[in-house]
Amino acid sequence: MKTLFNVRNAVSALLVAGLVLLPLYSQLSGNIFILTLFTRIVILALAAASLNLIMGYGGMISFGHAAYLGIGGYAVGILAQEGFGSGFLQFPVALAASALFALVIGALSLRTRGVYFIMITLAFAQMAYYVASGLARYGGDDGLTIYKRSDFAGLINLSNRVQFYYLCLVCLLAVLFLIWRIVNSRFGLVVQGLRSNEQRMQAIGFPAKRYKLVCFIIAGMMCGLAGALLANNTDFISPSIMYWTRSGDLMVMVILGGMGSLFGPVVGAVVYLLLEELLSQFTEYSGLIMGPLLLLVVLFGRGGIMGMLGRFSRG
Amino acid sequence: MLLVIEQILNGLQFGLLLFLLAAGLTLVFGIMDLVNLAHGSLYMMGAYFAATFVAWTGSFVLGIVLALGASLLLGIVLEFVVLRHLYGRDHLDHVLATFGLILFFNEAVRWIWGPAGLALPLPSWLTVPVQIIPGIYYPAYRLAIIVVALAVALLLYVGVMRTRVGMLIRAGASNREMIGALGINIKLLYTLVFGLGAALAGLAGLMQAPILTVQIGMGENILILAFVVIVIGGIGSIRGAFLAAIFVGLIDTLGRAFLPNLLRQVLSGAAASTAAPALSSMLIYLLMAIVLVVRPEGLFPASKR
Repeated sequence: MKTLFNVRNAVSALLVAGLVLLPLYSQLSGNIFILTLFTRIVILALAAASLNLIMGYGGMISFGHAAYLGIGGYAVGILAQEGFGSGFLQFPVALAASALFALVIGALSLRTRGVYFIMITLAFAQMAYYVASGLARYGGDDGLTIYKRSDFAGLINLSNRVQFYYLCLVCLLAVLFLIWRIVNSRFGLVVQGLRSNEQRMQAIGFPAKRYKLVCFIIAGMMCGLAGALLANNTDFISPSIMYWTRSGDLMVMVILGGMGSLFGPVVGAVVYLLLEELLSQFTEYSGLIMGPLLLLVVLFGRGGIMGMLGRFSRG
Repeated sequence: MLLVIEQILNGLQFGLLLFLLAAGLTLVFGIMDLVNLAHGSLYMMGAYFAATFVAWTGSFVLGIVLALGASLLLGIVLEFVVLRHLYGRDHLDHVLATFGLILFFNEAVRWIWGPAGLALPLPSWLTVPVQIIPGIYYPAYRLAIIVVALAVALLLYVGVMRTRVGMLIRAGASNREMIGALGINIKLLYTLVFGLGAALAGLAGLMQAPILTVQIGMGENILILAFVVIVIGGIGSIRGAFLAAIFVGLIDTLGRAFLPNLLRQVLSGAAASTAAPALSSMLIYLLMAIVLVVRPEGLFPASKR
C-alpha cells in the first residue's frame, strides 16, 4: 500500500511550491537574474519530462530529443521572421511540426532496437541539425534572432518576465499532469508493459509498434512546446540547440533526477542546471567537477536522486 | 579530372582516419559491450599530446611516438579507474558516464592548455608535394596518412585474425563467460583492448592535427561520424568498420567538394554555399538511416563473420 506521504513526494511538493513562489522572492530581493535562470530551468525541465515519458516509461532511449527543441524553436523563429507574430499560430505550428517529425522518425526508428535505436535517433537529430545549418534564409549556422516574442493578443505578455515565467511553469505542470494521467491510463500501462516484455505484450495481442509510436509522438510534441518557449526565452534560435550534446544534457537531467519517476526529470533539471551555474561562479572549469560527479551518480546512485530518496525513506 | 583524383584521395584519407577511430570503438563496443562516447576525447588527447611532445622534443617523429605511448597509457588508466566498473551495466549508464568523461576532458584540456587551439607544425620533409602519377601532385603528409593508416589496418587485421591474442579477443566477443571459465585473464584482455583502442584514437587525432587545428571539442563531431561508421558496418566487425569508414569518408569529402557546384546550378550562389555543406553532412546520416531501416544489424554483422 502506497502512502501519500514519503520523502519523494515531500521533495516534489516542496520543489513545486518553491517554483511557484520564486517570482515573489525575485521581486522582494530584487534579484532578476534568478528569475531568468529559473525560466530556462523550467523550460528544460519540461523537455526532460517529455524525454522521461519515452525513456523512463516507454524504454525507448532516444539520443535525439534535442531535435524537437530546435523544431519548436525554429517554428516560432521562422514564423516571426516571416511576419506571423501571433502565438496562436506559432505554438500550434510548433506542436504540429514536432508531431510530424516524431511520426516520420518514429516510424523508421522503431524498426530497430537497443543500441541501434539510440544511434538512429541520434542520426535523425543530426540531420535536423544540418538542415537548420543549411537554412541560409534563416541565419544558417549563425542562428536567427527573434525580434518580437509570440503575441497572444493581450491575453498574456511574454515580454513580461513574471508572466512568461508563470506561462512556462503552467506548461510544465500541465505536461506533468498529462504524463501522470497517461502513465496511469490503459495506454500508459500497455507502453510500460512493452518496456518490460515486448514479445509477451505482442503475444497477448497488442500492436506494439503503434503504441510505442503514439507515445513517441506525444513526447515529441511536449518537447516541441519546450522548444517554442525556449526560443521566446532567449529571443534567439540556432542549430546548436539541436547538437547531440544537447540531447545528452537532456538525458543527463532525466537520469540524474531519476528515470521513470514523474518528478525525477524536474529535480534532475533543477539540480543539473543550478549546479552548472553555481560551479561556473566558483570556478571557470565547472566540467572538472560536473564530469566526475556524473560518473559517481552512474556508478553509485542507481535510480538517480529520486531513487536515492526512495531508498532513504525506506531506511 | 585532376581535382576528382585529388578529392578521391582526400576522401580515402579521411575515411582511413575514421577507420582508426572506428576500429577502437567497434572493438570496445563489440567485445566489452560498452558504448564509449569518450572515445572522441581520446582522439582529442592524442592531438594535444602530439602538439605538446613535438614542441617539447623538437622532433616530429619522436614527439609522435611519445604521444602514442601517452594515449595508450591514458586509455589503460581510464579503463582501470572508470570504465571497468561499467561493464555489464545498461547502455544508458555508459552514455551518461562517458558523457561525464567528455565534460571532464574538455575542461581538463582548457585548464592545462588554455582555451586557444594549438598548431602542430609539420617538418619540412612532409610538406613537399609528391608526384603520384605523372602530372598529379599530392601533399606528402596526406599520402603518409594513407600509408600509415593502411598499414595499421593491415596490422590490425593480422593481429585480430592470425595471432593468439587476436583469437582471444574474438573469443571474448562471442562469449566472454566461456573464455573466462577457460582460464583466460579476461580483465587483462579488456584493459589491453581498451588501451589499443585508445592508442588508435590517439593516432587518428595526432595525424589529423597538422591538417586541422588542435582544439577543444575536436573529437565530438568526428566521434558521431565514427559511431555512424560502426553502425553502418555492423557493431563489432572490423571489416565492416573498414568498408563503412572508406565509404563515409568518400561521401563526406566528395559531397563537400562537388555539391556546391551542383547546387549552384539550381540555387543562387549564397544559398548554395550554405546548403551544400549541410546537405553533404546530411547524406551520411541519411545513408545510416537507410542502412538501419533496411538492415537493422548493419551491413556486415559481426555474428555472421
